Amino acid sequence: MTVTSTPPETGRRPAAAPIANSLTAGRLPKGASWTILGSVLVVSAVLFGAIALTTGEFNWVGAIVVGAVLYVPAIWLFSSIVEGRRRAKDRLVTALVTGAFLLAMIPLISVTITVLSLGLARFDADFFTMSMRNVTGEGGGALHAIIGTLLMTGTAAIISIPIGLMTSIYLVEYGRGKIARGIRFLVDVMTGIPSIVAGLFAYALFAIFFGPGVRLGIAGAVALAVLMIPVVVRSSEEMLRLVPNELREASLALGVPKWLTIVKVVLPTSIAGITTGIMLAIARVIGETAPLLIAAGFTQSMNYNMFEGRMQSLPVFVYTQYANQGNPAEAYLDRAWAGALTLILIVMALNLIARLVARYFAPKFGR
Amino acid sequence: MSTAPAPIKAKLRLGDLVFSRSALFAGSMILVTLAAVAIFLIVQSIPALFATNEDASILTTNFWDYVGPLVFGTIWAAALALLMAVPVSIGIALFISHYAPRRLASVLGYIVDLLAAVPSVVFGLWGIGVLAPAVVPVYAWLNEYLGWIPLFSGDASATGRTILTAAVVLAVMVLPIMTAICREVFLQTPVLHEEAALALGATRWEMIRIAVLPFGRPGIISASVLGLGRALGETMAVAMVLSASHVISFELLTSVNPTTIAANIALSFPEAYALNVNVLIATGLILFIVTFAVNAIARWIVDRRKEFSGAN
Repeated sequence: MTVTSTPPETGRRPAAAPIANSLTAGRLPKGASWTILGSVLVVSAVLFGAIALTTGEFNWVGAIVVGAVLYVPAIWLFSSIVEGRRRAKDRLVTALVTGAFLLAMIPLISVTITVLSLGLARFDADFFTMSMRNVTGEGGGALHAIIGTLLMTGTAAIISIPIGLMTSIYLVEYGRGKIARGIRFLVDVMTGIPSIVAGLFAYALFAIFFGPGVRLGIAGAVALAVLMIPVVVRSSEEMLRLVPNELREASLALGVPKWLTIVKVVLPTSIAGITTGIMLAIARVIGETAPLLIAAGFTQSMNYNMFEGRMQSLPVFVYTQYANQGNPAEAYLDRAWAGALTLILIVMALNLIARLVARYFAPKFGR
Repeated sequence: MSTAPAPIKAKLRLGDLVFSRSALFAGSMILVTLAAVAIFLIVQSIPALFATNEDASILTTNFWDYVGPLVFGTIWAAALALLMAVPVSIGIALFISHYAPRRLASVLGYIVDLLAAVPSVVFGLWGIGVLAPAVVPVYAWLNEYLGWIPLFSGDASATGRTILTAAVVLAVMVLPIMTAICREVFLQTPVLHEEAALALGATRWEMIRIAVLPFGRPGIISASVLGLGRALGETMAVAMVLSASHVISFELLTSVNPTTIAANIALSFPEAYALNVNVLIATGLILFIVTFAVNAIARWIVDRRKEFSGAN
């Protein structure tokens, strides 16, 4: 690498040539980092090509990874030669920070590709119309698990939305002093309850009434509600806080009672954000496996009754298909991956709809 | 006219009363729920605390010998996960907040958030099906050339289902929340501080080191502690990925790995009966206490900085 200095245009000041372009002197030319990245990748590819001659298989993932890793010292070396130590460090950190982001993309892309490629094998009509009752080996489906997931998540939502919403209203509109601060702190701590502890709690609660060994759909719903309430409270609270105080004051000044102000002014203004928060909360609990495994158990059959018998759910279906593989094992694994694909599609759809609701139904302030 | 007007008292309306009381009731339900979680777990665990192997078949000697390796495994796996996740999440947060093009930043943030949307059971399947086979050659290499380091000693696992793999999956799972908090704090750095640093001739990294990181340190700490709480309680990914045995071992690459409390409950609970159930619930109680303490510490750190609100 040499510094290219442009020749002076007029020739009147030949002595000034070294500083003719002082702003870019002592800097790597534009695009140099890309050139270095490309050449390092080529070097790495050649290296792995040499290995491929002996093993007969070109490991292109390894080539890219090694090339990317080599880029970090390479850019530091070139930059410290041309630009000095401080800029070299800056470039080094830039490379590392970008690398951290790309590193995090690897699992996301890998999960997406794997779930799509392996999940499509059994992503058929049977999968959505049949249960696993009397199915050994191939065939069967996850209808009982999908119904169970909908029932339990729906019940959890029915329990936690009123409690969560009213709690956030209390925190924003009424709560003052120690009690409010205590509740807010406990809500924050509650978001961190491990999901399996929620499952154990629901089991312990229902075991007192129904005896040990109880597994019920409603117990699973209670476990999910424990996980869902704090999420609903947090998101609704934030949305209620966004409502401008002028709206409340205008309504109160007209003599409207406080509760009517909340119901008719505050809630309609923030309903889009609250809906988004609730949908994200549902998306969070719909993928929970551990609490349902503990509290609702697993079964091969359809069960519409929340208060009697075990109830299958989609995440637990995925887990049991993997954990209790029969013969042939592929049939079980295919069902597990198809279940995983269904689950991810549901979660993604909920996330997407939530964002769309937030965008299109948000209140328009100003004019 | 000389008497001061009596203070105006708002009329007490029935609707107001009902509404505010029900709001207060809902708020107190939070307290009741948390208290109920603690009480029910305690009630169910008391018989297990003094149980021996004669009462519960799951125990080999007594309860505390049973729970010891589990507590170790839980903390060990979470610590490993955090060791990987903290630098990466700080890097991602810096990339999104200070390096990426402004218009792309929110999209990139959303992409990282997508990681949080993947259910843990899917990560478990992915860990076994994709990650574990992929790391086997890496582990073999580490074991062969760096085996003199105690962490990499022992016989390298042929399946890749080791505690290191489980920790990688855990790290991926706690990345989104940690990144979200770090990003939010980094974005709140006063622009004047950043511009002042740049105006003094600092490079971008120097600006970050002297303006952004000191400002964001409480956020980084609380993000780490929250991530620790998540990693401690994460169940299915560990339960599925790890080939577990009941040991205390620091070796990362062998097929004899310590397991975590949560994973052990998930694997043992479906077949548990009689007092074994209480033993497992008692381990769950310990997990609850540990995560409660960890989360309380994190919130305490966050609350010390009042202006920061985005930690959820």
